[in-house]
Amino acid sequence: MPVARSLRNIGHRVVNAVWRAGFAARFFAMTLLYSGTSFRRFHLVVREMFSSGVMSLIIILVSGMFVGMVLGLQGYETLKRYGSESALGTLVALSLVRELGPVLAALLFASRAGSAMTAEIGLMKATEQISAMEMMAVNPIARVVAPRFWAGVISMPLLSAMFSAMGVFGGYVVGVVLIGVDEGSFWSQMQSAVDFQHDVLNGVIKSFVFGVAVTVIALFEGYDAPPTAEGVSGATTRTVVQSSLAILILDFILTAFMFRGD
Amino acid sequence: MERTTLDLWVGAFVVAGIGALVVLAMKVGNLSTYNVSESYQLQAYFDNIGGLKSQASIKSAGVLVGRVTEVRLDTDSYKARVTMNIDKRYQFPKDTFANILTSGLLGEQYIGLMPGGDTETLKNGEIIKKTQSAMVLEDLIGKFIYSKAEGSNEGSK
Repeated sequence: MPVARSLRNIGHRVVNAVWRAGFAARFFAMTLLYSGTSFRRFHLVVREMFSSGVMSLIIILVSGMFVGMVLGLQGYETLKRYGSESALGTLVALSLVRELGPVLAALLFASRAGSAMTAEIGLMKATEQISAMEMMAVNPIARVVAPRFWAGVISMPLLSAMFSAMGVFGGYVVGVVLIGVDEGSFWSQMQSAVDFQHDVLNGVIKSFVFGVAVTVIALFEGYDAPPTAEGVSGATTRTVVQSSLAILILDFILTAFMFRGD
Repeated sequence: MERTTLDLWVGAFVVAGIGALVVLAMKVGNLSTYNVSESYQLQAYFDNIGGLKSQASIKSAGVLVGRVTEVRLDTDSYKARVTMNIDKRYQFPKDTFANILTSGLLGEQYIGLMPGGDTETLKNGEIIKKTQSAMVLEDLIGKFIYSKAEGSNEGSK
């Protein structure tokens, strides 16, 4: 009965996915509920911010610089055809602040810090440190999960702002210093086109949402990972894949809400 | 001992992040040049607004004085009603003329305010009565062709 078996297989997968989604939602709610501890003992959050935020700085800054430089180069080549090289600053700043800053910083954060979070919590579970905490009446969600969540959520907007600022600087270096676009029009056109509320604040909101999504996915995958070497490695892969997909899908939804162009 | 160096790093990280936000706000955005909080509202009716959008800039003599906050169709007169936020520092006389202009040939559209000679100034919520619609390129070309055709007809008579 191969048909019946494959049907049973599909049904099993669907039920499993729904079950996991429910568990993930409960996990998220528990994380929010027990996050009081991480604010009373803020040094827990600070320690996680070091490992997820500060340690991601190099990759964020270097990538931001190069993305901005590429934007400057490509934008110049395209804008030159229409004789509007002076709009280079606008192009670089708007694309970084609205889209590339939040999205690329979140993708880098997911693969740099999210995977590490999953592996760490998965290994904690595999080596029964989580169970040991429960034995000692320490709530593992309050002690292990919530500080990592808040560290990620606080770090993400800061990282994306640094990415955008670095990118604008990269675009400036290529456009103004190397190619020789007029410096005054580079900055003044940028400033007249970029609106603080509409562009910069919406970018910050975006990166905040991405921060929540990435850390929740990473922490849940780690917490839910089968306690084996294989299980942890599979969970790490799933974290990167799922959070990248979540970032891109959420980006589309948020962009549709924010920049409908009324 | 270890915690203090770690705190230092995280503190530097947070300061750098907030610094980047401030740079984005001041150097990249236009927060330093235009303050939203101190403003008053004016309204104007246009026959045709062309490509004017909300957030478009409002300029007088080329200086940014405010932003468009809302564009909607008024169903009583079937004209476009444009709501503008103007900086409180700038007061305009009652007979100010509002034009929809274009920056450059294909640039963004904005509202240009040309002050008249009236001694009374426009108050919050008042309406600018004298307006000129946007130049729509198709209309201009149509007018041009029409006048050309008329001119050649007269020539043949």
